[in-house]
Amino acid sequence: MEIMFFELALTCYFAATIVCVMELFKGTKTTSRIMFSLVVVGFVLHSANIIARYVLSGHIPIANLHEASSFFSWCIVLLFFYLEYRYKLGLLGSFIMPVVFVLMLSSSMLPRKIEPLSPVLQSYWLGIHTVLAFIGDAAFAMAFGIGLMYLVQEHYVKSKHLGGLFKRLPSLQTLDEINYRLITIGFPFLSLAIITGALWAESAWGSYWRWDPKEVWSLITWFIYALVLHVRLTVGWRGKRAAILSIIGFSAVLFTFFGVNFLLKGLHSF
Amino acid sequence: MKTVVIGLNHKTADVDLREKLAFNGPKLEEGIRQIRELPEIKETVIISTCNRVEIYLTVKDVGKAFEAIKDFFVRFFEIRRESLDNALYLYDDMQAVRHIFRVSSSLDSMVVGEPQILGQLKDAFEFALERKTTGVLLNRLLKKSISVAKRIRTETKIAENAVSISFAAVELAKKIFDDLPEKTFMLLGAGEMAELAAKHMINSGVTNIVIANRTFETGCNLAKEFNGRAILFEDYLKELVHADILICSTGAQKYVLMKDQMQKVMKERKNRPVFIIDISVPRNIDPEINDMNNVYLYDVDDLRGVVDTNILERQKEAKKAEDIIEEEIETFKKWLSSLDSVPTVIALREKAEAIKKEEIEKLLNRLPEIGEKEKKAIEGLASSIVNKLIHAPTVALREDSEDKDIMIATIKRLYGLNGEDDDKK
Repeated sequence: MEIMFFELALTCYFAATIVCVMELFKGTKTTSRIMFSLVVVGFVLHSANIIARYVLSGHIPIANLHEASSFFSWCIVLLFFYLEYRYKLGLLGSFIMPVVFVLMLSSSMLPRKIEPLSPVLQSYWLGIHTVLAFIGDAAFAMAFGIGLMYLVQEHYVKSKHLGGLFKRLPSLQTLDEINYRLITIGFPFLSLAIITGALWAESAWGSYWRWDPKEVWSLITWFIYALVLHVRLTVGWRGKRAAILSIIGFSAVLFTFFGVNFLLKGLHSF
Repeated sequence: MKTVVIGLNHKTADVDLREKLAFNGPKLEEGIRQIRELPEIKETVIISTCNRVEIYLTVKDVGKAFEAIKDFFVRFFEIRRESLDNALYLYDDMQAVRHIFRVSSSLDSMVVGEPQILGQLKDAFEFALERKTTGVLLNRLLKKSISVAKRIRTETKIAENAVSISFAAVELAKKIFDDLPEKTFMLLGAGEMAELAAKHMINSGVTNIVIANRTFETGCNLAKEFNGRAILFEDYLKELVHADILICSTGAQKYVLMKDQMQKVMKERKNRPVFIIDISVPRNIDPEINDMNNVYLYDVDDLRGVVDTNILERQKEAKKAEDIIEEEIETFKKWLSSLDSVPTVIALREKAEAIKKEEIEKLLNRLPEIGEKEKKAIEGLASSIVNKLIHAPTVALREDSEDKDIMIATIKRLYGLNGEDDDKK
C-alpha cells in the first residue's frame, strides 16, 4: 500500500515536472493550473505514504536514506505551497519541481525496506533533530530555486534582451528579498539541527562532537549560510552574489545529504 | 439595408483636416441630429477622436448616402468639397464590419494595441443610443465590435509590452523593483524626454522625487510641478546614495557620472540596486557602469531596442487578431442573414393568408345557401392547402445556407413579395 502511494506520488511529481518544463517555453493559465493540481495530488499521496510508513514502522519514517530523501522533498513541496499562496511568483514551479522530482527519484532508487530501528536511533531526538534539519534544508532548496530565477532574470535585464521569460519572471527585488528571507528561515533551523544533533550524540555516544563527516559537512554548510547572511548585512552582498552564494550553499546541503553517505562513511546511517 | 463606414483617419488625412472635421462639444450633438434627418440614412453613430472621424451608418443606397454625407461635411464644417477627395474612405457591407472590428480592437490605430480607442468607441455608441439614432443593425454591430475587441485583448498579447521609450523604462523599473511607490526617483537635468519619463514614473506610483538641475531655478519649478524636491546640481552624487531610479539628460558633452564615482555611491548605499536611464545624447553616463553589480544602466538606444522588439511582438500578435476578426465576421454574417429571412417569411405568410381570405369570401358570396358546417370545412381545406404550399419555402428560408441571399430574392420574385416590382407591372 505505502509503496503504491509512493510510486503514484512520484508519477505525479514527474508529470508536474514535465508540465513545469513545458511551461518555460509556453505558459498559459491552464498549464500552471494543471501543474499545480498535479503537485497537490502528488503531495496528498506522498503524505499518505509517509503516514503509512509511520504506522507500519511505529517511528517517524526518517530512519534511512530512502525515507529521509522522501521527507526532504515533502518539506520542499510544503514550502512551495506556502510561497505560491503567499507570493504567487510566476514560474516558481519550473525552478523547484525538478529538484523535488530528482530527490524523489533518488529516494525511489534507494533501499526501502523498513528495518527495526538500531538502539542508537531509538530516541525522541530522532524526530526533533531530523525534522529541524529538513525544514532548514527545504528552505535552502527553495532559496536555491529562487536564486536560479534571480540569475536568469538578472541576465535578461543586464543583457538588455528582454525576451523569453523576462515578462513572466518576478522582479529582481522580489526574488532577492524572498531568497534572503528563506535563508534567514533556514539558518536557525540548521543551527538548531546541529545543536540537537550534538545533544543527541552526547546522550547516545557520550560526546557532543566526534568530527563525523556528516557533522563536518553540516558545519561547512552552516558556515556558508552564515557567510551569506554576514556579507549581506555588512557589505551589502545582495542580488547576484547572494543568488550565487545560495546556489553554492545548496550544493553543500546536497553533498552533506547524499555525498557524505556514499563517499565518506560515518556514524550517520543517512 | 446596408452597413456603411464613411470617414477619415491619421493615414488618409493630415491633422489640419482632421481638426476641421472634428465633432467636438456641441458639434457632435448637432451633427448627429442633422445626419439622422438625412433621408438617405437610417441609423448612425459618430466617432470622433484626434486620429479619426468616422460615421457608421445603415443605408438603402450606398452611393446616394456617400454623396449625402459628403454634402453634409461641406455644409456642416464649411470646407471645400475637393479637400475631402482623397481623405474620405468608404466601406460597405462586410468591409464595413471588418473595419469597425479593426478600429475597436485598435488594429487600425496609430499605435497598434493602444487601449483608448475602445473607450472612445463605447462613448460614441452610448451617445448615439441616448439620442436613439441607432437601430437593430448598428446596435448589434457595435456591441459585437466591443466584445471582439475584448476577446482580442484577452486572447492575444496585442496590448502587452511597452511601445514608447518612457513606458519601456517604467516596465523595466517594475521588473527591477517590487514597490515603486517606496522608491526614490531622481531627475538629473530637465529635458523634455526626462520630464515625460518622470510623468510616467509618477503615474506608476513613484512619490519621492528629487530634481537636480544646473539652473537651480528651473529645477525648483519642475519640483513644484512634480511635487518633488530640488537640490543643487553639485550635490547629486550625495543624493544618488538614496535614489533608486535615476533619469539623466543634462545636455553635457561629456560623462557626468564615472565608474569610480558610482563605485563609491554603491558602497555607500550598501549595494542596493539602482536603475539608471541615460536619455541624453551624447550620453552623460559612463556605459561601463552597467558592468557593476546591482547597477542597471539603459541608454536611449537600449530602450529603443526594447521598444523595437516589442513592436515586432505586437505585429505578430496583430496577425492573430486579424484571424479572430475574420472568425467574428462570419458569426456576424450568420446573424445578419437570419435577420433577412424573417421579414420574407412573414411577407410570404401574409400574402398567402390574404389570398386565402379573399378567395373564401368570393366563394361564400356565390354560395349563400350553405350552412356553418360546410363553411368550416371549406375554410379548413383552404388553410391546409395554403399551409402545405408555403411550408417548404418557409423551411428553406429559415435554413442557414450559403446561397441564402439568392433564395430570399428568388422567393420574393416567385411569390411577388416585392411591393415595388408589383407596382411597376
